Amino acid sequence: MPTLPASSWPEPPQGVSPAELTWAEVVAPGGATSKVLSRGTSLRLRDLHGQACAHLLLYNADQPWERLNVADTVKIPWQAYLGVGHPLLSDQGRVLASIVADDSGRHDALCGGGAPARARFVNVAAKHGLEPRDLPPSVSLFQGVRVQHDGSLAWLGSAGAGCAVTLRCELPLVVLLADVQHPVDPRPEPEVTALEVLAWRGRATQPEDALWTATPELQRAFENTTDYWEART
Amino acid sequence: MIEQTVPACAPWSAVVPAGATLRIIDLEGNQAVDFLLYNAHDTAERYSAPDTIAAQGNVFLTAGSVLRSNLGNPLMTIVSDEVGRHDTIGGACSKESNTLRYGHHTKHQHACVENFLAEGAKWGLGKRDLVSNINWYMNVPIEEDGTLGIVDGISAPGLSLTLRAEIDTLVLVSNCPQINNPCNGFNPTPVRMVLTP
Repeated sequence: MPTLPASSWPEPPQGVSPAELTWAEVVAPGGATSKVLSRGTSLRLRDLHGQACAHLLLYNADQPWERLNVADTVKIPWQAYLGVGHPLLSDQGRVLASIVADDSGRHDALCGGGAPARARFVNVAAKHGLEPRDLPPSVSLFQGVRVQHDGSLAWLGSAGAGCAVTLRCELPLVVLLADVQHPVDPRPEPEVTALEVLAWRGRATQPEDALWTATPELQRAFENTTDYWEART
Repeated sequence: MIEQTVPACAPWSAVVPAGATLRIIDLEGNQAVDFLLYNAHDTAERYSAPDTIAAQGNVFLTAGSVLRSNLGNPLMTIVSDEVGRHDTIGGACSKESNTLRYGHHTKHQHACVENFLAEGAKWGLGKRDLVSNINWYMNVPIEEDGTLGIVDGISAPGLSLTLRAEIDTLVLVSNCPQINNPCNGFNPTPVRMVLTP
């Protein structure tokens, strides 16, 4: 359930004042939620009890036909596994969100969400005027999958209770979340557990931040993002 | 039977009826062929790279791979493959992603997404209908630490693969025009399509 107003959330992250909180919610196992977040917002997802699987889709809130592109997200950094510093890229060569903190390290950008995540995305997307054909492949957090030399998938699963991932929104975003079993989880009936969602106001990545110049590809992605944003505001 | 040569860098499309086969021939070798599939009668059902990967438990496509839709249904099956491994992780090149990968001076260059948009428009498809695609003849290994590579192709002149349609399937093709990496041997070349009812 959501906590309203978000500023009444009892445990703001260190250094964040309650007034800066804009989203506080615990998603029940099997549930889904969504929110429109402003550019610069920090979004922290936490696997409270160790068996959450946070399926995630992102859209540019101003033009949702620009959306998460999982292929570019893994291809541009030449890295299949999501982690700190990884950009979640749109199909327009821009950064939708940056991963700025991650103490799980067990995520997946290859297997999507399967039928359970899709069913929930269809409904939460509809509440933003989005249709099934607006649902591209999604990523998922907190349940790891690794690729072996022959291309086969190996299940890593969870890194444990309390792990969190923090994303920084680099554009205004529609965020869709579903907390359901991962599609290649080998356990017959795993007990999915709750997902905590917390967001607070902040600023987008700036040229003086180390992340901006971490790689030439990342720098050009931030330049594209800022070029778009400055022209439209 | 329909036999057509797709010129270097060009798009192509066709409906492959259920039961028919489509043979794709890499005429000169090392030519990436970007490929999307749709249920011809309801294009909201389309190829899903993640559903395909999850169902077969492997990221590489080869003979026996079932190309699945976003609803988990089989669209096409690879019935023969002389190459052994094809990519469905790397997606299509675009003018926009080229700016990231190679720099803003490459933005004017032709790209697969431009082909998909132009060819898809003939069938009423638009930007929202483009999703992660297949790259026939492209070799993208994943190392232990997750590092991806687009390495020299393992294809060679004249090698082919054959797909069987499980339902009436609309296929969109971009004969990849990328000239900045080895996926086309730095020299895009024609490919041949053979559709057999």
